Parts: sequence; structure tokens; C-alpha cells
Amino acid sequence: MADWLKILGKEDSADTAKERLKLVLIHDRTNLNARVLDEMKDELIEVISRHVAIDAAEVQITMKHEGREQRLICDIPVLPK
Amino acid sequence: MAARIITITSGKGGVGKTTATANIGVGLAEMGKKVTCIDSDIGLRNLDVVLGLENRIVYDLVDVIEGHCRVNQAMIRDKRFENLFLIPAAQTREKNSVTPAEMVNLCESIREEMDFILIDSPAGIEGGFKNAIAPADEAIVVTNPDVSAVRDADRIIGLIEAAEKGPARLILNRINPEMIKRGDMMEAGDVLELLAIKLLGVVPDDEHVLISTNKGQPVVLNQKSRAGQAFRNIAARITGSEVPFLDMSQKDDFMTRLSKVFGKEG
Repeated sequence: MADWLKILGKEDSADTAKERLKLVLIHDRTNLNARVLDEMKDELIEVISRHVAIDAAEVQITMKHEGREQRLICDIPVLPK
Repeated sequence: MAARIITITSGKGGVGKTTATANIGVGLAEMGKKVTCIDSDIGLRNLDVVLGLENRIVYDLVDVIEGHCRVNQAMIRDKRFENLFLIPAAQTREKNSVTPAEMVNLCESIREEMDFILIDSPAGIEGGFKNAIAPADEAIVVTNPDVSAVRDADRIIGLIEAAEKGPARLILNRINPEMIKRGDMMEAGDVLELLAIKLLGVVPDDEHVLISTNKGQPVVLNQKSRAGQAFRNIAARITGSEVPFLDMSQKDDFMTRLSKVFGKEG
């Protein structure tokens, strides 16, 4: 869609709207904002570190949605023994 | 006969709920169905003017609920279709003059005589919406392809599911094919992906809608209007017919415009 504009470096405003809405809807549906996600991440790191060595800097927590269902995905790299 | 009760709602105001209710009602009546449209927007009634029935109001929804008249005294028969009725909202009362249980009782009292009862919901997510959704067997969400309307639609879809009235179906109203082509308007696929619900219809932005509302003659009666065609299709889909969705690129297709320049119809 309007490919020549993209070549000129101008992003379609429809795509911007869609990307913004994706994030807004996740937060609206779950009451989770970026601050809460960060807090959860810190707490998870703390709990899991008690049992196994992990690469805390690489821990990622993200929200995915399938249809109208939301899913928290947590990626925690475990350090080798 | 026992009517299907369908609530038309949106969250955000001004997206075309009342227009959709009027046009679906007339569309179904044109197909020979017995239809009652109920305006549940107490204090801000408008379905009467969109249907062109504002001069015939004697009793309203609150009069029925408070026992000032019988339900059929408040049912205004349409000028064009003898099988179409309107129960207008009260204009000088407040939303809390009615309870969800009273709305259920009202709808049940006419369910056996009708094929469809359409409830035009007020905007918002509070009492007025709860009254409108309480009697519903199914729900239709109307939205526009803009960020605030889609966000509010998502809220209302969640509330419809929580009230166990889902899954709701979507009418995407005021689509501008020219803007979609430029990449400046989300298309139906984008909105459906965000909201994750089924599409009932796509209605193009069409100046015939305003002209029809000016006259009190729903656009669905205008055979030349694309919005009218969209609403006829929606009414047919509600009765279970499989009708393909309108091709939104058709109207502004380059070849069509080109052939118009040369005086041929595209």
C-alpha cells in the first residue's frame, strides 16, 4: 500500500494507528502497563535466581494475544553450570 | 414466532449506532420480517428522527415501564412498512428511570409477536449500556476505522463477553476507500485482527447517509447508495444469507475513474 511513500521513508499513518492500538488494547484488556511488567520482571528474576543462575540482563517478559486471549511470555536464559 | 433480540452498541458515541439500527430495521422489514426497534438512549433519543417518525410519538419507553400505557400504545408503526415498529426513548427523563430487569420484561412481552427486536444502545459503558444489553440474545458492535472508536469497541466487546451475550459481530462504518488506498486509513482486516471478532458488514462513507437522515428516510431504501447496499447486505446476513462483502476498492478504482472520464460506466 502506497509503497512509493515507504521508499521515500514516510510510514503509512494506518500502520502507525494499528501498531499503537495493538499496545493500547493489550494494556486495556489486562490492566498491565510497562511499569507493572518491569516490576514483575524484577520479582521473577529474584525468585528464579534463588534456585538457578540466570542471565538477568537478557530476561524478557512480553504479552502476546491469540484472538481475544492474552498470554504472558517470559524468556529467561539459564546460565551454564 | 419468537424474536431474536439484537443490541446494537459501540462504546464511543457518534460512530453510527442509530443509523445502523434504523437501516437494519428497515432492511429486515423490507424482507418481510416483523421488527420492533427500541431506542434505549433515554434523554438523547434520535432513532425517531432517523426513521422519520418523530411526529407520531405519543408514549415512550418509560411510559410503558411505569405503566402509563400498554406496550402496543408506545409502538409507533412505520410509514413505509406495516411490519416495522419503533418504541421511542423518553426525552425528558434520566437513564436510571429504567432497570435491566424492566428492559428484559418489556422485550419478553413482545417477543412472541416479532421476528426481530433491535435495541439501539446509548454510548458509554454504564447504566444505559447495561439496560440495552440485558435483554439481548446477540450483540452488534459498530465502530469506525479510527483509534478511539476501535479502542472503545474493544472495551465494549469485553463487556459483552462478560455479560455472556457474545460473540459480538462487527459493523465497520465510514470506510473511505481512497484513504485506505493511500495508506491513511486502517482497512477491515486490520480492525478485525485487533478486535478478534467476526465481521457482519463494512459500510462505506457515503454522503447519501446524511441526505437520508435529513429527510428521515433510511439510506437502505436508496437503491443507488453504496451505504444502502451495505445495509441491505447486513440485513440479509442477519437472516442467515451468505452475501459477499462489498469491494471497497471498486468505487475509486483507477480504471473506473478513467472510464468515467471517457463517459463510460466502469
